[in-house]
Amino acid sequence: MRRLLLGAIIPVSSLVAWETSSRTGLLTLESLSRPSDIVVAGYVALRDGSLLLATLQTCETALFGLAIATVIGIAVGTILGLVPTAERVAGPTVEALRPIPAIAFMPLALMMFGFGVGLEASVVAYACVWPILIVTIAAVRAIEGRLIEVAAVLELPLWKRMTKIVLPAAFERINIGLRVSAAISLVVAVTVEIVLNPRGLGYNLILAEQSLQIGLMWALLVWLCLLGYVLNLVLSHVGRGPTAIWRPL
Amino acid sequence: MRRLFDPIKLAALGFALLLLAAWQLLADAHLISPIFFPSPLRAFAVLQQRVADGSLWLPLAATSLRMTVGWLLASVIGIALGAAIGSSRLARNLLDPTLEFIRPLPASAVIPVAILFLGLSNKMSIAVIAFGAIWPVLLASVHGFSSVPLELTNVSQVLGFGRWDFLRKIAFPSALPDIVAGLRVSLAIALILTVVTEMQSSLPGLGWDIFSAQRFYRSADLYAGLIMLALLGFAANHLILLLEWRVLRWRDLRT
Repeated sequence: MRRLLLGAIIPVSSLVAWETSSRTGLLTLESLSRPSDIVVAGYVALRDGSLLLATLQTCETALFGLAIATVIGIAVGTILGLVPTAERVAGPTVEALRPIPAIAFMPLALMMFGFGVGLEASVVAYACVWPILIVTIAAVRAIEGRLIEVAAVLELPLWKRMTKIVLPAAFERINIGLRVSAAISLVVAVTVEIVLNPRGLGYNLILAEQSLQIGLMWALLVWLCLLGYVLNLVLSHVGRGPTAIWRPL
Repeated sequence: MRRLFDPIKLAALGFALLLLAAWQLLADAHLISPIFFPSPLRAFAVLQQRVADGSLWLPLAATSLRMTVGWLLASVIGIALGAAIGSSRLARNLLDPTLEFIRPLPASAVIPVAILFLGLSNKMSIAVIAFGAIWPVLLASVHGFSSVPLELTNVSQVLGFGRWDFLRKIAFPSALPDIVAGLRVSLAIALILTVVTEMQSSLPGLGWDIFSAQRFYRSADLYAGLIMLALLGFAANHLILLLEWRVLRWRDLRT
């Protein structure tokens, strides 16, 4: 309880100072708006549905990109994890591509897909594929050799070997990469929208700034904070769920 | 001494060259659109020409400078805040909830706010870079400063160190491995945000070069910019690894 109170000191006192100083005319900076105006602007955007629509657009694109990254990352990662020579041969190429900021591919993606979901999802996928790929390689490599041997003894076909042995054994660790990538996907999606793509929360944010709807801009910023916070919360709790199914293995 | 011609290394190089060659052949045969995928030779030709006429260095320097200044700012603030939070319960209770709320915010989302306050300027870019790059180093410092081994804390008490001496002589060196690891992640983020802010605000630099290359459909220039960015990221990362090795050599000597 005491910790909660201490933690509330800074946000509450700065909000109160902000509100009063702008009401009494001490603070005339227009770019700061007022906390009460921000709440009103946020409420209006929530009421007319524009906020939810933008959130939906951002989230669906982020998820789409994440899904692409997951499929590619796990597929390629499994191959590279099972065949160490392949990993050592392809490794340097991966290391050369990985540090390029995904955002730098945005102009290229724009040329290929035009404005819209494709542009954004492809950039998100590029950013998200690396954590999944790297964790998958490590996870597959860490599978106990005996499990692979069992699969060989049972003469399982490749597909069954993957779905029955390799992926379940590696899933718990792959999950870590997925959680990292899920957080990245939202950040990259919003970034693409702010810089280029005319849809979703990021675009609404930059539009609010450019049309000097300062209250709305701050409201969107707070909304993004909340969204990220909830996402982190969900990822750190729910993300562990599915692995329990396979734990008896 | 490792062998110069390790077969695996040669194969790795061969793999990369093979990909490039396939790309080149596809481009030459016009199987893939030269508008999107100019042949790699053209991209390298652009790069070579820009090195020759010197038009490469200015954007490269501008981008590196912006990235470095923003990163240094983030590092200083991050380490200071991390030291405070990691070594004082009061500071942690005061600051933690606020920071936890702001942290998930995508760094690029503060660009509109920064533009309002600072305009389309270098200051804006640096502020955004610092905001985004602060989190890894901050979290790492908090962890480092709050997990100083108990023996070391006891030693400083026996020696009668004051708070400042404890932080400077005991806690900071002990937290350094964590901090350096955080600094490396921060630098990668700083590069990303440098590119983002350059694209958003038309600041001269590699990010803007790539962006404007697209506007004029000069895709060879675009790839040349991408290659330069990859090299910059690679170089920055290795500089930090070198720094890590220099700064943390004592740790390896000890064990």
